[in-house]
Amino acid sequence: MRGGKFLTSVVAPVIALAISFLIASVVLRLVDIDPLTAYQEMWTFGTTTESLISMVNRAVPLFVSALAVGIGFKMGLFNIGVEGAYLLAALVAAYIGALYSIPAVLHVLSILLIAMVVGAAWNGIAGWLKVKRGVHEVISTIMLNFIAFSLSAYLFLNYFQEDTGGLIVATALIPETGWLPSFNPVLGWFGIEPRVGSELHGFLLIAIVLGVLYHYLVNRSRFGYDLRASGINAPAARASGVNPKRMIMTTMLISGGIAGLVGMSTLLGFSHRYVQDFPTGLGFTGIAVALLGRNNPVGMAFGALLFGFLDRSSLILDLKDVPREIVTIFQGVVVLAVVIVYEVISRLVQRQTVAAAAKATVEETEAVAS
Amino acid sequence: MAQESAIHLSGVTKRYPGVVANKDVEFDVGVGEVHAVVGENGAGKSTLMKIIYGMVRPDEGIIRIRGKEVHFRSPKDAIDAGIGMVHQHFMLADNFTVLENIILGSEPMNGVQIDFQTASDRIKELGEKYGLRLDPGTRVETLSVGERQRVEIIKVLYRGAQILILDEPTAVLVPQEVDDLFDSIRELKAEGETVIFISHKLDEVLTIADSITVMRAGETVGTTTPDQIDAGQLAEMMIGSELPTPETRTSTVQDEVVLEVVELSLQSEDDRDLLSDISFTIHKGEIVGIAGVEGNGQAPLVDSLVGLEATATGEVHLAGEDVTNDEAKDRRAAGIGLIPEDRQRQGLLLPSPLWENAALGHQNGPPYAKGPWIDKKGARAQTEEIIRRFAVKAPGPDVPATALSGGNQQKLVVGREVMANPKVLIAAQPTRGIDIGAQAAVWEELKAARQAGMGVLLISADLDELIGLSDTIHVLFEGELVAELDPAEVTPEILGSHMTGAKTEAES
Amino acid sequence: MMTMAQRLSEFPRRNLYILLALGGVLTLTVAALVVGTDFLTSPATAGAALVLAVPILLAGLGGLYSERAGVVNIGLEGMMIAGTWFAAWGSWQFGPWYGVLLGAAGGAAFGLLHALATVTFNVDHIVSGVAINILGLGAMRFLSSITYNSETGGSVVQSPPVEGIGEFSVPFLAGGEFFGRQTSDILGWLDEQNWFFISDLAGILGGFLGDVNWLILLGLALVPFTAWLLWRTAWGLRLRSCGEDPWAAESLGVSVLRMKYFAVVISGALAGLGGAFLVLVQAGIYREGMTAGRGFIGLGTLIFGNWLPAGVLGGAFVFGFGDSLRFSGPDVVRAFILAIAIALIIVAIYSVTRQSTRRAIISGSIGAGVLVFYMLVDDVPGQLLTATPYLITLLVLAAASQRLRMPAADGARYVKGEAH
Repeated sequence: MRGGKFLTSVVAPVIALAISFLIASVVLRLVDIDPLTAYQEMWTFGTTTESLISMVNRAVPLFVSALAVGIGFKMGLFNIGVEGAYLLAALVAAYIGALYSIPAVLHVLSILLIAMVVGAAWNGIAGWLKVKRGVHEVISTIMLNFIAFSLSAYLFLNYFQEDTGGLIVATALIPETGWLPSFNPVLGWFGIEPRVGSELHGFLLIAIVLGVLYHYLVNRSRFGYDLRASGINAPAARASGVNPKRMIMTTMLISGGIAGLVGMSTLLGFSHRYVQDFPTGLGFTGIAVALLGRNNPVGMAFGALLFGFLDRSSLILDLKDVPREIVTIFQGVVVLAVVIVYEVISRLVQRQTVAAAAKATVEETEAVAS
Repeated sequence: MAQESAIHLSGVTKRYPGVVANKDVEFDVGVGEVHAVVGENGAGKSTLMKIIYGMVRPDEGIIRIRGKEVHFRSPKDAIDAGIGMVHQHFMLADNFTVLENIILGSEPMNGVQIDFQTASDRIKELGEKYGLRLDPGTRVETLSVGERQRVEIIKVLYRGAQILILDEPTAVLVPQEVDDLFDSIRELKAEGETVIFISHKLDEVLTIADSITVMRAGETVGTTTPDQIDAGQLAEMMIGSELPTPETRTSTVQDEVVLEVVELSLQSEDDRDLLSDISFTIHKGEIVGIAGVEGNGQAPLVDSLVGLEATATGEVHLAGEDVTNDEAKDRRAAGIGLIPEDRQRQGLLLPSPLWENAALGHQNGPPYAKGPWIDKKGARAQTEEIIRRFAVKAPGPDVPATALSGGNQQKLVVGREVMANPKVLIAAQPTRGIDIGAQAAVWEELKAARQAGMGVLLISADLDELIGLSDTIHVLFEGELVAELDPAEVTPEILGSHMTGAKTEAES
Repeated sequence: MMTMAQRLSEFPRRNLYILLALGGVLTLTVAALVVGTDFLTSPATAGAALVLAVPILLAGLGGLYSERAGVVNIGLEGMMIAGTWFAAWGSWQFGPWYGVLLGAAGGAAFGLLHALATVTFNVDHIVSGVAINILGLGAMRFLSSITYNSETGGSVVQSPPVEGIGEFSVPFLAGGEFFGRQTSDILGWLDEQNWFFISDLAGILGGFLGDVNWLILLGLALVPFTAWLLWRTAWGLRLRSCGEDPWAAESLGVSVLRMKYFAVVISGALAGLGGAFLVLVQAGIYREGMTAGRGFIGLGTLIFGNWLPAGVLGGAFVFGFGDSLRFSGPDVVRAFILAIAIALIIVAIYSVTRQSTRRAIISGSIGAGVLVFYMLVDDVPGQLLTATPYLITLLVLAAASQRLRMPAADGARYVKGEAH
């Protein structure tokens, strides 16, 4: 059915967003808060230059996380282990990256590489377990997350921590050659001058490149064809020559490699060291963004920006006596809503196509008979 | 004075979007009668039975059971009215025992618990009465096809069915099992049961039925009895035109061997023999047919040849090259084509556009791929060519595969495989479940492929198709090739007895 | 002349389980003896293991109902989270047993959502489960912000302390009260005698029978009840048929959709009950993240337990024991590690007699590795100990996943009227 693609990729998320807004509004009303005022406050605060920059900064790691999850989803593989992978990767990369100093570009690239390798290896364990022992990746990746938390805590507190004796518990600072420059100079070209302290992290560029690579890999390459075929119809993919075990392993490794980069925006552009309160939860939110964006880079970008906007603009709610957590409800509802709405619309489109086909058959057999 | 009919339908109509499945159907079955309903695929037989069984509500018309008008809202209503249906595709839970499958939904109770003893006794009782012996405690997974059918029949008798509907019951049986089934049907009739028997196998129908109703394109064409009609006339009523027959022709078999299989063996995970020492050859320009009852090793054979079974032993040589250790991707590239027996499961990506479906199995080289990238332009062009050459009724290469009818989907699959010019084409049940026009087209294409020098391995449950198309026929029984036969001399009876292993037993 | 292996395979199931359990205790005894600790088989450790096992057991049973009806329930964690929150709130507002009820109800509500998404809308079961987990986290955080946040001792991520459920001990055997009078503690006395194996067994049983509460007993009682319900009643047969072949069930008049709904809601209620247990018996408070993956571990016991109630119980105990290690001293941990090594080596020897060489080699080498680890390590660091239950889950699944039989139509997409 023509327009079917449009309906499912665009209309479905939009409807889901509308439903979620509705529910959030109802919830706010239930606690005696006027939703419109709240939204207005959020919008006003959220659209300042500094807020928009913060929105993008928050969106970038979510986007990368969604890419990692999305590539797994494309073949029906549920990588819930992005969370553990990126934390471990950030820790190890921060520690090792602070041990040396080489020319800037190489330094940054080497740190990225280390992070990717750690992430790939960690998620690869789950891939190996699935291929060799048939362990379902949902459970194994979740278990590995918890093990990663423990492992990183152990490594951090016992080995990787810098002995400064000070109050800050962190790894050693990465030398400046390992810093990613901020994007503010570029913004300056367009006449945008944010306040001091508000920096657009340079990793944005790398994230965009990742998105483009994702698109080409998944939609244009032979590997992507095999990937998508495995997700659509695994027996057919097998019969067409795809080796399922190799496919699973490769996908988990790629997914883990991307996952390793989730913390790099913060590490290379902001904190330059692994601190005890390094941002967490990006792995899980990435799943939400991937579902919202239907595993499609453009959709996931929009989803990431949306979540980033919500996270940032909700800060104002504290000052206005509105529970900031309305945003978490919204985010939770939108994920469930989008999967339900997508199913409904998908089925409608499907029914139309099949009905059209049935009609065509009747005409066809009548033509043959006459 | 006319006796009260067991079932009487009048003016029954059922519409679906785009098609009228049943149109103004008149249908009458006498009590204690064995009544056959015949018709081609899509004639409306299944819909009619679903209406009688309460699975589907008619849009118009009256249904009377033993004279009383009924309005079934669900199968439970039909069951309560004494109607039982044995489906063509068995509805049995593999992990459940025979007993659990039979009593489900009608469990005998002992207080709050299930009364397993009573159930077990009743099942054994029914088994004795109708010659359908079964052990209630066995898990269904371990039963043969014929035994599973017995479970299905007992399932309906257990619920006190007086009217039995058997939907294509002989589709998966060999002639000897068919005889056993017919004995049971006669037994049922003797006990006063009414039996409706749906089939498209005219010889069987003429053997067992008291009366026959013919359906075509959703309407009842007429009702007759076996002494008034013969198979040819019945067929004409069913189809309305001439039967397409697979014909004999001059041999195109060349000397060059294009596929050689030597002692191919495969065991399942629990060490059962799926294939034992399979050896055969296919020459250029030859169609080799494999006959056999479903479940005797056809699927493992196809999977092993395509390269999906890593644990298979033996040798496979493709045009002289040893591909035994190659995996599926390499074997497909080396020239093994596949028309899978379940196109939706193994042959198509239903939500994807046709050009991506055309690439399936060939996505690693031209015209579908260039280097590491998919060549969308090349793929679309090739798909358009397939659509044109194989008369696939589709608006273009960008529509999803679900937009095509079953017959057109199959034509697409056949087309993409043939156009890839394989050395050997494996065709498993290539005309299953498609309309007559598409069936004829597929037969033509297979013959053309043979003419062009392709070797074809034809695996089919349709004995007439096998006999008509093959140059040689092997019989697959319990994972072994038990006979090699000449299609010109063989008859369905000889084939059937090999397929059940009876002949080999007699010979030994 | 039958071999040991042949005789073993003819044993009735129940006796085999008992034999295995006793064998486990024996292994622990030996290990404890070697290491020289009393605490591995003491009432304290066993009691702690029991308390830690029950929430996992409840989550696992919840998963059982759902998956036996054909719906994969990854959202158990979210339902458990809802259970923790509502149990704390209920106890805080009304009292501990209201907490139990509300905890179950909260879990059931999320179960209903999952059922709606999967059964009515046919969303992929795993996707829906993941969404439920996300929603559960977010929703509970929001609820905390409007309730606990303004109270003393409360915040967005935790509640003020709440009243828990009272404990009691079984009289005569474990020193409980009988009509107001203190009675003997036979098992405790036996434990102190230090008789090989008997004292250890008594210690463990004493831990199970002393300082228990009704919720524990409820949880344990649910195991035989579930087995009876699902395998001996008509309702149970129909529920299981939905998970084996819903189309066959439909053709015989079973209301498949309705049963699936029931099963998933029950599943949520049980997970919620597990969450209630965490709050009311273990912690005495609601804290965000307190479930710490127990819903998923419960799912692990379900798989490892081959979708059987007894299997879930066994798995829950193993993980509960592993979970309790982080509160024990280094000696207990070492003894536990040694016990695992011994068990693996026994499995290896058994595999050799059964001619499964592959299994013998694998378990033998892992057992040897664990033995080496035991000999080299004196004190397992705290941060790594916290990973024990998750590591155990992973290893058990890795060992067992391939030989299991899940309900045939688990996770299948079922639409009413769609003929097979």
